[in-house]
Amino acid sequence: MINDYMIAKTVEDALTALGNGNAKIIAGGTDLMIDLKDGKVEKETLVDITGIEEIKKLEEAGEYIVIGAGTTHQQVMESQLIKEKAKVLADACSTVGSMQVRNTATLAGNVVNAQPAADGAVALVSLGAEAKVVDAGGESYELIENLYEGLTKSKVDSSSQMVTEIRFPALTEGQGSAYMRWAKREALALPMLCVAVTLSVKNDAVEWARIAMAPVATRPVRAKEAEKVLEGQKLTDELIQQAANKAVEEANPRDSLIRGSREIRVAILPNLVKRAIREAVENAG
Amino acid sequence: MAKKKLTLTINGNLIETAVEPGDTLLDLLREELRMKGAKKGCGKGECGACTVIMNGKTVNSCIVPAMQAMDSEITTIEGVAKGEELHPLQQTFLDCGAVQCGFCTPGMILSGKALLDKNLNPTSEEIRQALAGNICRCTGFVKIEQAVMEAAKIMRK
Repeated sequence: MINDYMIAKTVEDALTALGNGNAKIIAGGTDLMIDLKDGKVEKETLVDITGIEEIKKLEEAGEYIVIGAGTTHQQVMESQLIKEKAKVLADACSTVGSMQVRNTATLAGNVVNAQPAADGAVALVSLGAEAKVVDAGGESYELIENLYEGLTKSKVDSSSQMVTEIRFPALTEGQGSAYMRWAKREALALPMLCVAVTLSVKNDAVEWARIAMAPVATRPVRAKEAEKVLEGQKLTDELIQQAANKAVEEANPRDSLIRGSREIRVAILPNLVKRAIREAVENAG
Repeated sequence: MAKKKLTLTINGNLIETAVEPGDTLLDLLREELRMKGAKKGCGKGECGACTVIMNGKTVNSCIVPAMQAMDSEITTIEGVAKGEELHPLQQTFLDCGAVQCGFCTPGMILSGKALLDKNLNPTSEEIRQALAGNICRCTGFVKIEQAVMEAAKIMRK
């Protein structure tokens, strides 16, 4: 039962409000408001961070792209900067929910809510993104792929911490990315499978690649063996097929009424990985 | 539990009211202000029947905390017509046969309006994307898309 709703004007405000131990951060609230209705929220005060000016940014800072925690999925997908230098993220964000959801839901919330196949988060894992986690004790940058504690449980504790921004190296010459998604509908549908690939190509060979897959575990999975198959190798159709097959070995989708059977997802996954690799190579320029 | 003071503008009118901390924007509209245009379809942000325009963007009011609307500008279906004069979208929805039971209609019109307010020359794809968050069980969507396209044509003149 929510007894109080505070609107924070600064990050400090928010952290102070969390100090009483009985409060929780709310951003867009598209997941949290549903949890509230389902009786899953134990805290009694909500601390709204959507009015904090300093976390509304989306900009380049040196080699990084920095996205403030107040930035919505719609803002990310419409950003020229993201479309040019992190296409996988723009594409991923565009698949979330609907216009109404994207106008409210934040990218940072997509990470902190820790769903196994949150599109924005999966794309961020492939980009090697970090989240700036702030609490009363200080601040630190954490690799987003390491922020998963368990199924739907983030290592970020929203009752004592908040993410203020997300950053990742902007893609440069020779680097490309792609997002592939398989779902029942074009909107308002959770992914049955999604794959995000970011890679670097030089002289027709792959320098490095990051392949993130979901929902094939309780969190986005990096197909690290598949990435090794690609590293330093000349790009051929055969190589890409090899990597795709390897990726499937590293995935463990289960039978799910929401996500689909294990059997069909294991059958479809290599095709998604292949397509994502091919498209990433194509727009590596 | 103490109510929280809330100030916001709805359809051009400044509203000063108070809400329970856990209330949604939809609760405020339907229960407190007795504005029944926005509908509670799913209560989870998955059908769009509760759609309103908030600061120029469509949102699912059933999952927006009322307090998050502090100092915001809201347009509901009640604010779309100018007195007795229907908005082109309302007219084309009628003329194209895009209304059957009418339950999704307020949300559909607001999603259409938010699109046309920014883009008077939308493609089919852009209309579908803008309305993808609004589910209709009756019409099969075709006439709804036609109505938005038709309204855009009229508004371009």
